[in-house]
Amino acid sequence: MTTIQLPVGPPGARVLGVGAYRPRRRVTNDELSQTMDTNDEWIQSRVGIAERRWAEPDETLVEMSVAAGGKALAAAGIAGEDLDLVIVASASLHTQIPGAGPEVAHRLGALRPGAYDVNAGCAGFCYALSAASDAIRAGSARTVLVVGAERLTDVTDLTDRATAVIFADGAGAMVLGPAEEPGIGPVVWGSDGDQRDAIAIPDPDSSLTMAGQAVYRWATTKLTDTLQAAIDAAGVTAADIDVFAPHQANLRIIELMAKRLGLPASTVIARDVVQAGNTSSASVPLAIAALLESGEAKSGDLCLVLGYGAGLTFAGQVLRLP
Amino acid sequence: MSSTAEIQSGLAEILEEVAGVAPADATPEKSFTEDLDVDSLSMVEIATAVEDKFGVAIPDDELGGIKTVGDAISFIEKNNG
Repeated sequence: MTTIQLPVGPPGARVLGVGAYRPRRRVTNDELSQTMDTNDEWIQSRVGIAERRWAEPDETLVEMSVAAGGKALAAAGIAGEDLDLVIVASASLHTQIPGAGPEVAHRLGALRPGAYDVNAGCAGFCYALSAASDAIRAGSARTVLVVGAERLTDVTDLTDRATAVIFADGAGAMVLGPAEEPGIGPVVWGSDGDQRDAIAIPDPDSSLTMAGQAVYRWATTKLTDTLQAAIDAAGVTAADIDVFAPHQANLRIIELMAKRLGLPASTVIARDVVQAGNTSSASVPLAIAALLESGEAKSGDLCLVLGYGAGLTFAGQVLRLP
Repeated sequence: MSSTAEIQSGLAEILEEVAGVAPADATPEKSFTEDLDVDSLSMVEIATAVEDKFGVAIPDDELGGIKTVGDAISFIEKNNG
């Protein structure tokens, strides 16, 4: 009998470079308070956001992805033509057909790589990171670009104070490659589809809605176990975590998670939500890029990430920063 | 089954821990949002702490109906027995 042959992949995958694109337009809480009944104190005390970026028409999802992807490639010292897989995570792409992946790959000079999109809400980036890592380990791809990109302002009612103060735009990316020493831990993921209505665009003509209390409760009670499981799965302990970069949805959720996990005081906690708002699947790479840029996070640091959001979906991993 | 006084003092402890409310202020007639400055997200944290402490379930759709400290005490009394 003939047998199907499989490639032998490397022992692990690792992150080689991180890149970010933040839209030009900075929108402060004071600016929002001029057009809706809200104020800086209210917003900062509830969600911890001081300002966010809103993309302008030319800052399309693909343009932002290309910019972030290009920076990640440069940081990794990898040429676009060396990519053999490109995955774009997004929940706010207008044209479902085609997806953004192939165009982003083409624009970055990749030569006919595998390319596709992932929609797992705000968990999208961490889902895509897992798919990319597994593809490398299985020998299906060698060098992979993972992008998280959102224009949430396109699907948000910008006069609705419940959502307009929260959701924002941006893109972040990571380049991954094979590694003898694994730099991406096992994913711990899942979904709670019974809560599918908690974050949703109920019909094509409506805007993004969120049951804030329900999501807050879910995030602060159910996901601590997921984070601990991701730490355990990687064979490390909370004390080993140098950087904690969960999805940047709400500063209070981030602080509560850090507290409940018992992370040491020395752990650097990503608080990019303060400057970036909630950028859904872009938030994890944006937050890590900011920490690397500021020097708060260093090459070789162990970083715990967690994406969670619409679905409801969640995915967490431990990464070694490049 | 806890007495009303025990529930009130247990609730006061939670309010102090979660929202920094002085225990003496946590009296039945007080509105969480109007009088005690507890916001909607802190209400969620109070609800989950009450669930742990008193063994009751407070679904999100019932949480909105709990406006005062007294409402919370009666909810716990009705459901933890």
